[in-house]
Amino acid sequence: MSELDLIDRVSALRQADGRLIAQGRLVRVKMLIEADEQAALVTVVDGSVTAIANANQLVMPAWTFALRAPAPEWAEYWQPNPRPGHHDLFALLRRKQLRLEGNIHPFMCNLFYFKALLALPRWSE
Amino acid sequence: MSTWIEPVTARYLHVDLGGRDHRVYVEEAGNPDGVPLLCLHTAGADTRQFRGLLNDDEVLRTCRVIAFVLPFHGKSSPPAGWQDSTYQLTAAGYTATVIAISSALGLYRPIVMGCSIGGRLVLYLAADHPAEIGGVIGLQAGGHVDPYYDTEYLNRPDVHGGLACAGVVSGLIGPGAPETDRWETLWHYMQSGPGIFQGDLHFYKVDGDVRDRLAAVDTSRCPVFLLTGEYDYSCSPDDTRQVADAIPGSSMTIMTGLGHFPMSEDYAGFRGYLRPTLGAAVRAREQLLKAVRP
Repeated sequence: MSELDLIDRVSALRQADGRLIAQGRLVRVKMLIEADEQAALVTVVDGSVTAIANANQLVMPAWTFALRAPAPEWAEYWQPNPRPGHHDLFALLRRKQLRLEGNIHPFMCNLFYFKALLALPRWSE
Repeated sequence: MSTWIEPVTARYLHVDLGGRDHRVYVEEAGNPDGVPLLCLHTAGADTRQFRGLLNDDEVLRTCRVIAFVLPFHGKSSPPAGWQDSTYQLTAAGYTATVIAISSALGLYRPIVMGCSIGGRLVLYLAADHPAEIGGVIGLQAGGHVDPYYDTEYLNRPDVHGGLACAGVVSGLIGPGAPETDRWETLWHYMQSGPGIFQGDLHFYKVDGDVRDRLAAVDTSRCPVFLLTGEYDYSCSPDDTRQVADAIPGSSMTIMTGLGHFPMSEDYAGFRGYLRPTLGAAVRAREQLLKAVRP
């Protein structure tokens, strides 16, 4: 069992400020974040995170795209000052520790938005 | 706020590249009689990345710093008829471009310093053109990198190319870089022409695998210095170590706190590494030239 409490850490995504929400104003997705056996389903509407659910408790979770990484990788990534190689989602991709699956088009269209949104847990406990 | 003018001058060089006339933007600063230092920018960017170096008084006292913008980038025009083909940088074409521009500018055995694709290119120069240069400094120089994201997203009509290119490279900058320089570096990427960053990556990820050429590098004929920022995951410190291991006599330093664009993202942090390395490169070039012309 990992020490990472994924749902708790991901709850920080609700703290997007007005500028970040404006940056993601065209984003409407359901994003699955998976950390080993844990999975969070994050609903984004017009740049705001409107719902976060434990995907393992849903009968038929449906998502636009999924980000899957081992729990220790998310834990490192969400450190306030991550080490080199752990500091960016693309660093995890390069080390083959992150898998990006599904319809990645909204993610690639809004890289600055998603990188900033998914980094929010660094600054909350 | 004071008003001042930088010691940088710029001109347009007309030069034949691959049988076609090109209008190439060239910036220069420093001692006209100093050691020529020819600088190569990263993929999808331009010579604004060297704004710190081109204003570094200590370097400018001893060196003539020259930076040119690759065709299709920045203020260098694409050649006539560019609209009829797809831009793709190749090892052969890029090497020929650097040699042709160095020759057109009348540079005698310059030290060539390149970053990223430029860092890769200087390894080709060291292997294949040692008699034409006076040494190389590879910034973020690796032998090869396999694709780790879909580069099609850098150039497609339904995606904003500027935001996609800058978004992809944003994490390559060290987290401690000054905000002004971080966002200026990203601004350059936001301004790249459609498909140009992607076309440069053809060299970086497909055509320009230099690993099998490294055994040909002889540091007694072309000194090799390697500087790599620790936060770079595109050309990681391990990638540079592999290059250094393959080139006996090369010098390698991993730069703390820096990323993929050291000269642009944090020149104040970079110069502490660059100045001694450049000093060593200048001394090595002097020894080299003494051996050639005793």
